[in-house]
Amino acid sequence: MAEVRTLDYDVLIIGAGGAGLRAAIEASSAGVRVGVVCKSLLGKAHTVMAEGGMAAAIGNVDDRDNWRVHFADTMRGGQYLNNPRMAELHAKEAPEVVKQLEAWGALFDRTKDGKILQRNFGGHKYPRLAHVGDRTGLEMIRTLQDHGIHQGIDFHMECTVTKLLKSAGSISGAFGYFRERGQFVLFRSKAVVLATGGVGKAYAITSNSWEYTGDGHALAYHAGADLIDMEFIQFHPTGMVWPPSVRGILVTEGVRGEGGVLTNSEGRRFMFDDIPELYRNQTATDPEEGWRYVTGDKNANRPPELLTRDHVARCIVREVKEGRGSPHGGVFLDISWIKSKLPNAEDHIKKKLPSMYHQFKELADVDITKEAMEVGPTCHYIMGGIRVNAETQMSTVPGLFAAGECAAGLHGANRLGGNSLSDLLVFGRRAGHAAAEYAGSHSPGAIDQAEVDAEAAKALKPFDGGDENPFQVQKSLQSMMQSLVGIVRTESEMQEAVVGLGELWQRYAKVGADGNREFNPGWHTALDLANQLTCSEAIARSALVRKESRGGHFRIDFEGKDPEQAKVNTVIRQAADGSMTVSQEPLVPMTDEQRQIIDEMK
Amino acid sequence: MPTATFKIWRGQGGVGAFEEHEAEVSEGMVVLDAVLQIQASEANDLAVRWNCKAGKCGSCSAEVNGKPRLMCMTRCSDIDLTEPVTVEPMKAFPQIKDLVTDVSYNYEAKLRVKPFNPRPPDNEDGTWTVYQEDIDRGQEFRKCIECFLCQNVCHVLREHQKFDEFIGPRVLIHSAYLAMHPLDVEDRTRDLKEDQGIGYCNITKCCTAVCPESIKITDNGIIPLKERVADGFYDPVAKLFRRLVGKSR
Repeated sequence: MAEVRTLDYDVLIIGAGGAGLRAAIEASSAGVRVGVVCKSLLGKAHTVMAEGGMAAAIGNVDDRDNWRVHFADTMRGGQYLNNPRMAELHAKEAPEVVKQLEAWGALFDRTKDGKILQRNFGGHKYPRLAHVGDRTGLEMIRTLQDHGIHQGIDFHMECTVTKLLKSAGSISGAFGYFRERGQFVLFRSKAVVLATGGVGKAYAITSNSWEYTGDGHALAYHAGADLIDMEFIQFHPTGMVWPPSVRGILVTEGVRGEGGVLTNSEGRRFMFDDIPELYRNQTATDPEEGWRYVTGDKNANRPPELLTRDHVARCIVREVKEGRGSPHGGVFLDISWIKSKLPNAEDHIKKKLPSMYHQFKELADVDITKEAMEVGPTCHYIMGGIRVNAETQMSTVPGLFAAGECAAGLHGANRLGGNSLSDLLVFGRRAGHAAAEYAGSHSPGAIDQAEVDAEAAKALKPFDGGDENPFQVQKSLQSMMQSLVGIVRTESEMQEAVVGLGELWQRYAKVGADGNREFNPGWHTALDLANQLTCSEAIARSALVRKESRGGHFRIDFEGKDPEQAKVNTVIRQAADGSMTVSQEPLVPMTDEQRQIIDEMK
Repeated sequence: MPTATFKIWRGQGGVGAFEEHEAEVSEGMVVLDAVLQIQASEANDLAVRWNCKAGKCGSCSAEVNGKPRLMCMTRCSDIDLTEPVTVEPMKAFPQIKDLVTDVSYNYEAKLRVKPFNPRPPDNEDGTWTVYQEDIDRGQEFRKCIECFLCQNVCHVLREHQKFDEFIGPRVLIHSAYLAMHPLDVEDRTRDLKEDQGIGYCNITKCCTAVCPESIKITDNGIIPLKERVADGFYDPVAKLFRRLVGKSR
């Protein structure tokens, strides 16, 4: 029998980014015992990388803003595949949870009259993003962390969960290991909240760190939960492209929100060349109008650089493909041009975009106050994930909850920038509340010791002398997903990917780990790899069945939108024999009121 | 592609030795790239922390050629590659394995600082009216990414290991953020003196010199806090004045 440390909780939260921390704070406030596990140290989760801001219709900068406009913007951005109830709750509750951060010590940038300042972002009709320069995520995670550590929550840092345990169909706990010493741990818990973030590390060019291996998605899938919308991956249009070692690192959309423009090698602002019908009424007709918008003219429409991310990314791919790219295979993003408009432009840029200034100066020898950046798409976010109830965030497995990026529904086919941080707060809070309530009305489930022993044995298998290097298998997966299930997709390539995944599963069966169990990244990667393969398979299979182009899913063999496909979510589920099934099921319908709002805002 | 030699400290619990590895060096590459390249090819079990790879999370602190740095922000082109490049863990903290150290002290120390305690909201909707100029300084402190390089180089901690007496620059900057927060009403001077041991700082500014976020830790944070402590404990007029007009700025 494996040596396993046992810990008991009412609510176990897996992940300590914005969603996990917010859920933990909420659950703890209900008086239940809360444990949080995270793969890295506290405060290092991907939330820390979020730059631009959190969207909330507070209306401090433009008082025409309200939850109805935010709801309509989110639905339009998601191409109406969103769960409308989640979009409504998000729009209604975001102002409150954002303001709450201030009560916990957050220092947002201010308006002249002393309120929280809000900035422009793609797809948002009015300036809506509460922010702190371009390091909003850091402010958010630190605020939640510093508040959370005083709430009586147990934090288990550098701990990875490999399996969820169930009893009579409901969650009863989770099994994992501490990375530092490699000891196993069994969490007995009445409820589990997954807040594990995304899957970006399945791609070669990504803004995501080593942690983003789709753990929550895979844990939920193996526990019998449904995943939906897995074909929708957000390739953020502006990642760094040069030098090679920084390829994929995020360049905030805030650059465009502050007036940055995209140009091709001919110096042309190509975003004016292709404005989707859905956004024609909201987009500036010339550069002058665009500039007036970013400088606060309420009668102006937003520049086409602030169209949704899916669209901007595809336009960049087109420019590069047609030979109008920058020297290193991207396009130019220029904020320095505002010198011709503002007397103190250099200081303004450094004040509003300090970490971008620093990042380009240090890593690429580019001074963004003087010259253009080279940018191109980078895998950033997955809209798809665990299917949840809008009110409670409970998955299709009783006692299993999910919040943040690993949950699905709010963003539909494409997420608007700034809607992620507010998502973490709104649905982290809801998940924490509902999980605590669930734990209060259920007794602990049984733990099957044989299952624990089997999982421990499985976790140690890489030490049996397999000869595949886990990092190399991971690298093969990343380059395959990048080229075959990337921004532009087609049937034959995705079929090839499914076959390729089969081969990678075989290589995975032979991965080996050198050394011992103490802080061993090779071993950790070997274990994470299974989750990456599961998620990649879910992405490829979902993308194959959606025979249309919409949001973050673009197929050259089906370039247009299919009205029939506008009515369904793609659902991934594990069959009784362990195989992955994919089906299409009707969307959550809109209420009459929701439909009316959308019609009004057209 | 040109190669360079990296001497990486390998071992557990403080026992170990440098191990030499070759890495290919491409344009723009940083030291963390080299370490990860070596890990992915010939040393899968090489322990190293990293996350964002863009200087935003503060995970990959180490000592490169003896200098405390974030590995992700240390360009290979800025170091002499004709000689082997040494990469070692931070020295002030107990080593766990290879480049990974036990930084739990910093998390425990922060817990000792009294949490943010705001005055009642100014407005009916539960918000406060705060002007940008009142939070500029606080925002500087909030740039901290908790890389703990300042703790690592502070001689009170590194050489004298006075972890029980002195809380260290990172935590003092956290205290400074709270003390200078326009909404915070907590009196923090006694804790600064007695629990956090601010008197141990003798302003050598080693912390400021290594801060990857260029926070003026000593000048803007610790010295003003020291002044408050001095005022609070040794200047009765200032103390009375503060009582009458409220919190000092």
